[in-house]
Amino acid sequence: MIGRDDLRGICSIVGKDMRTYYLKPPAVSWGIVFPITWILAFYLRNPRDFRELLPGLIAMTALFSTTAAEAVVINFELRLGSLERLLLASIRVSTVFLAKVLGGALFGLLMSAVVTVGTCLAVANPLDVAKLFLILIFSLAAFASLGALLCVLVKEVFEAQTLLNLPRFVMIFLSGVVYPVSALPTPLRVLSRFFPLTYSVEGIRLAFSSPQANIVWLDLLALVGFTALFLLVGARRFAARFD
Amino acid sequence: MGNAAVIHVEELTKAYGELVALDGISFDVWDGELFGLLGPNGAGKTTTIRILTGLSRPTSGKALVLGHNVRTEIVRARKHVGVVPEQSNVYDELTVLENLLFMGRLYGVPRRERRRRAEELVETFRLSERKESSAQALSRGMKRALTIACALMHKPRLLFLDEPTVGLDVAATRSLRALIQELHYRGITMFFTTHYLEEADLLCDRAAILVRGRIVAIGSPAELKSMVQEKPVIVVRFEKPVPNVEVSLHLHLPWSHIGALNSQEVRIMGGDPVQVLETLFSFARQTGVRIVAVNTMQPTLEEAFLKITGLSPMVMAQERGK
Repeated sequence: MIGRDDLRGICSIVGKDMRTYYLKPPAVSWGIVFPITWILAFYLRNPRDFRELLPGLIAMTALFSTTAAEAVVINFELRLGSLERLLLASIRVSTVFLAKVLGGALFGLLMSAVVTVGTCLAVANPLDVAKLFLILIFSLAAFASLGALLCVLVKEVFEAQTLLNLPRFVMIFLSGVVYPVSALPTPLRVLSRFFPLTYSVEGIRLAFSSPQANIVWLDLLALVGFTALFLLVGARRFAARFD
Repeated sequence: MGNAAVIHVEELTKAYGELVALDGISFDVWDGELFGLLGPNGAGKTTTIRILTGLSRPTSGKALVLGHNVRTEIVRARKHVGVVPEQSNVYDELTVLENLLFMGRLYGVPRRERRRRAEELVETFRLSERKESSAQALSRGMKRALTIACALMHKPRLLFLDEPTVGLDVAATRSLRALIQELHYRGITMFFTTHYLEEADLLCDRAAILVRGRIVAIGSPAELKSMVQEKPVIVVRFEKPVPNVEVSLHLHLPWSHIGALNSQEVRIMGGDPVQVLETLFSFARQTGVRIVAVNTMQPTLEEAFLKITGLSPMVMAQERGK
């Protein structure tokens, strides 16, 4: 159960991380400039097929922006000892970890919202806003907790950045961002089911086009499962780092 | 000082695999006390603080902080505990004031009180002129002061300081020690670790000496010194050189050991101090030489520490140069 002290702690840490790390040029450029460059590149290459790519590009923006500064927020603070300062407050270790995840998710929401609204207005795509919002929120939670989990597995910022790049780029190619999952060979199609980005792309695509409303719930369920798993393992690893 | 134990430690042990960092230590820290944990590097001082603040779990034994078990209730205790780690860990990107306000928010200091308290601490720690500067721009001593100020933002009852003056220059060290004394006078219970023994001598009400994870002595600095004092020592200085002072004085004080430090200064060890002093004054009258200074010498805490721990002075010199 999250108590009042924990909630206050989460708000303070998220607010501080936003000011100190996220809303700074390096995080903003990695979180938004990179996806926008991809979007423009795909749009300029083939404007007619762009609508097809839009769900994948929004999901990719969510992935990149949530994990944009997690290595700094976690590993840099670990090295400086300022993370220990948070652990000495009257909040639990798991609360500090959750706050770090939520900071990433909030930044991801801001960045994805800019990209989503901008591209949707530009291509005038019809969409189910509620469904898109839900999928986006759960995608952000899954990506942020995955990023935080990977960060606590290593010590240094550069190690974390390297480790984060591996699933990020593998997922871009295997989760249907640019190439449909259905067109992948069977082993890769099976593998893609182990990546949260697959469900994110699928859910956003459904929010944009499909009348099969129920299917989006399966994607949501998968994303909730990933979030719970990453949070649980991440919080344990995080606590273990301090003993 | 009150008679309630703010910290109660009983048979506390911490092992990292084969390595035993703490080996069944026991002690109490009383309300309002300034308690020092002394020991060479690797003795287990920081491990003790980490366990008492809940950053590390003990392998066995019991530790209560403000009546809360560190294994199960440390989050509740932390509301009333401030910690100053060995490395200053303020946020470089935030200003002095922002650092303090963030700590206030984190610990739930009410919004109205937060600002007032931050301003008050900035004043107390002489950081007023730099309150809008980023922490990155502060000198080492100022950063240390800010770290302590941050730990005091929520008005803790108990303050842990891990090697508070390490790496500071002489002026910053003196100023910080004065601040620690001021906080002590305000009634905050303090637990601090140091390997600067003159610091412990100056600040502590009581201290424990920790060597290889074990407490080998505990008491006030005076008690620790008295554990190793064998004979009283008096040093006397005459206004001008006294020929054969060592031999002459020995005739008057046959039971004492006389050693000339130079032609004007003599160290007298042993004998009844009153009788020694009377004899000295009578000797001065007879020889027509004025006495300009008389000092009774006690062993320093460092001498006591070296005798109790069996460490060599060379090891201590290396410690100081850490």
